[in-house]
Amino acid sequence: MILAKVIGNVVSTIKEKGYESKKILIVQPVDYNGKNNGKSFLAIDAVQAGVGDTVLILEEGGSARDIINEPESMTIKCVIAGIVDSVNV
Amino acid sequence: MKLGKIIGRVVCNQKIAEFDGAKFLLVQPLDENLNNTGDPIVATDKIQAGTNEIVYYETSKEAGRIYETTMNPSDASVMGIVDDINLSNK
Repeated sequence: MILAKVIGNVVSTIKEKGYESKKILIVQPVDYNGKNNGKSFLAIDAVQAGVGDTVLILEEGGSARDIINEPESMTIKCVIAGIVDSVNV
Repeated sequence: MKLGKIIGRVVCNQKIAEFDGAKFLLVQPLDENLNNTGDPIVATDKIQAGTNEIVYYETSKEAGRIYETTMNPSDASVMGIVDDINLSNK
């Protein structure tokens, strides 16, 4: 998983079946010090994350399907799997 | 998924059997501020996205899964059309 910060959301009406009723958030990868580290991308929210939260991103299809346990979710690869409380280094 | 803008279509007559009937779009990857970020790619599309629309696409094996009946080997597919983007002011 990687660390990322939620910086916004995307509203989308027309989409593939697997994405229906899903919350799509814009996430910016960060390093463990909280500094931006890479390009932003989109992820499906599975833990009620909000803008400003630091979260864990899972970017693997099989795992994403296990989390979003629906038959049409074969098209989902990127999921927010947790909200980070603290990082201790 | 990544944000992108449809900038054109790709027509392909000679292709692998699995791509039969597939529609190919030229997608320019964008960042959250809708600035170009990277080179355009070709993605398959099933949701009838059109030129100049902002979309999001997925890559690797999940892209092929938009075609339920065949194990389509596409490695990038348009997944949805963006209506609105809300960013926090930072």
